[in-house]
Amino acid sequence: MEALQIADKTFNSRLFTGTGKFSSPQIMEESLLASKSELITVALKRVDINKEQDAILDRLKHPHINLLPNTSGVRDAKEAVFAAQLSREALQTNWVKLEIHPDPRYLLPDPIETLKAAEILVKEGFIVMPYIHADPVLCKRLEQVGVQCVMPLGAPIGTNKGLRTLDFLEIIIEQSNVPVIVDAGIGSPSHAAWAMEIGASAVLVNTAIAISKDPITMGKAFDMAVKSGRMAYEAKLAQVQKQAIASSPLTDFLS
Amino acid sequence: MNTILSPTISFEEILNQYNWQEVLDSINSKTKIDVEQALHNNKPNIEDFKALISPTALEYLEPMAQKSHQLTRERFGKTIQLFAPMYLSNECQNICTYCGFSMTNKIPRRTLKDDEILKEAKFLSEKGYEHILLVTGEANKTVGVDYIENAIKLLKPIFKNISIEVQPLQQNDYKKLIKQGLYAVLVYQETYHKEAYKTHHPKGKKSNFSFRLDTPDRLGKAGIHKIGLGALFGLEDWKAEAFFTAMHLKYLQKQYWKTKYAISFPRLRPFSGGLEPKVAMNDKELVQLICAYRLFDQDVELSISTRESELFREKVAHLGITSMSAESKTNPGGYVVDPKSLEQFEIHDNRSTASVSKRLQELGLDVIWKDWDYFG
Repeated sequence: MEALQIADKTFNSRLFTGTGKFSSPQIMEESLLASKSELITVALKRVDINKEQDAILDRLKHPHINLLPNTSGVRDAKEAVFAAQLSREALQTNWVKLEIHPDPRYLLPDPIETLKAAEILVKEGFIVMPYIHADPVLCKRLEQVGVQCVMPLGAPIGTNKGLRTLDFLEIIIEQSNVPVIVDAGIGSPSHAAWAMEIGASAVLVNTAIAISKDPITMGKAFDMAVKSGRMAYEAKLAQVQKQAIASSPLTDFLS
Repeated sequence: MNTILSPTISFEEILNQYNWQEVLDSINSKTKIDVEQALHNNKPNIEDFKALISPTALEYLEPMAQKSHQLTRERFGKTIQLFAPMYLSNECQNICTYCGFSMTNKIPRRTLKDDEILKEAKFLSEKGYEHILLVTGEANKTVGVDYIENAIKLLKPIFKNISIEVQPLQQNDYKKLIKQGLYAVLVYQETYHKEAYKTHHPKGKKSNFSFRLDTPDRLGKAGIHKIGLGALFGLEDWKAEAFFTAMHLKYLQKQYWKTKYAISFPRLRPFSGGLEPKVAMNDKELVQLICAYRLFDQDVELSISTRESELFREKVAHLGITSMSAESKTNPGGYVVDPKSLEQFEIHDNRSTASVSKRLQELGLDVIWKDWDYFG
């Protein structure tokens, strides 16, 4: 399986994860270790960067784990830029998952503010990973301003509904010059495998692992699914046939 | 009936389209089929909500609880937020028939000074709190906007999240406080029954039903992050109160779509010389209502206070509740400065913060202390 390169980092796992919704920091740590994820997003609003110890951050101190701070909770570009600057200073990373969802109910990303913030942050030297709708035009616009990947949603965040935006994800993957990471909505390992089979570079999964009855086993299951989906993509999937291949070819007379 | 909605209509105009008794009759006449349909509808409407709070739905409490549990975990995870109230003053120029701070109650009045506020804050901060709720009575000369603004300024370096439960203010005042770092405002209508409202609030600024009802609109326009809604259960029939709270929620969500909403469930609690509930709400009905709100709205935060017992709070932590207060004192200076002053109402769950937090962890729930940063 090919490794994934984003900016200066190489990832052996194409499963990215998150830290929310777990029943305890310990279960979170064990589940994320079981998932073998190497890029883990943390909501800045949930950690206390002023204190020496933090229940979440302390559990993520493993050599293979890279932190991806996210700006969840901000409502516009201005707040997002401020949050990103704060996280760079406090967490010593210029990677940021740009999440601007002014709508607190469905947490749907604001495309206009996201594009604005992405442009500013890229200029300030951030590795910007924007969470967005599965909007192919927006993806190209973000690519133009210099983001390092795009993170379109498969379904509304936390819903576990799978790849409801499939048609648009396929267009995005077809057109993209940067890695496409399907973020949000992936509710089961089969959804994750499916995203990988259609050519996504990686997936980001949080709720489906965290709220499972056995998050540790679920972490492993997602690791396996993402690997097998990617392997299938690299091995080239056989085409789905609408009918059996004709036994009497129509162009036989040409030979 | 069909409610007339438009982007310019006020909630009071919507409220005026309804007759209290007709709403109750409609809720009380919901059938098993109505409840079953409501239970299976993934986007329940207001008629479904009526079915879920109907007497008939009491037979469906278990499936309601199962669905409420599942929806809450999906949306909020295996977590509970903890916060603490901090009473700053019991001075009040209102008469409210059910409140210990009511103007005519002969109790010593006290408003905390800066050093006293900081003492109380230190105590709560050392317990681990990052989210506090500042509470006052309504005494505009001593506890006006300037006093509240000053309190927020004092406390901003200590807490990440400051909410208030004070008298209704003007839109510009809210803007001012939001600029200082205010996160949420809790403003309970007490009752949506206009005549009963008048009876229970005969004197003071609070007697203005419409001004209070419009408060969430002023907050929404000012750009507040979160609004807490609720009715005081015990003044009138809780089912109609819950219906109008749900209507209010839907109205506000459409108008102010960037704001988060929370609902609380205060049941009338005794205080010295206090009012007996006219319509009591039992535990079973409160569970029914918590589940009904969750089924009706997956995203609304549901909060339970220390008015309720330890056992009840533990059980509902799995049934839809997303935040709770702990170790609360309902008197100004109640933590350190003046623990003996008279409380606003009696607390039922007297456990310490540490034991509430430990117990929640034993129940498989991660305690969230901090969930917001001020980036203004």
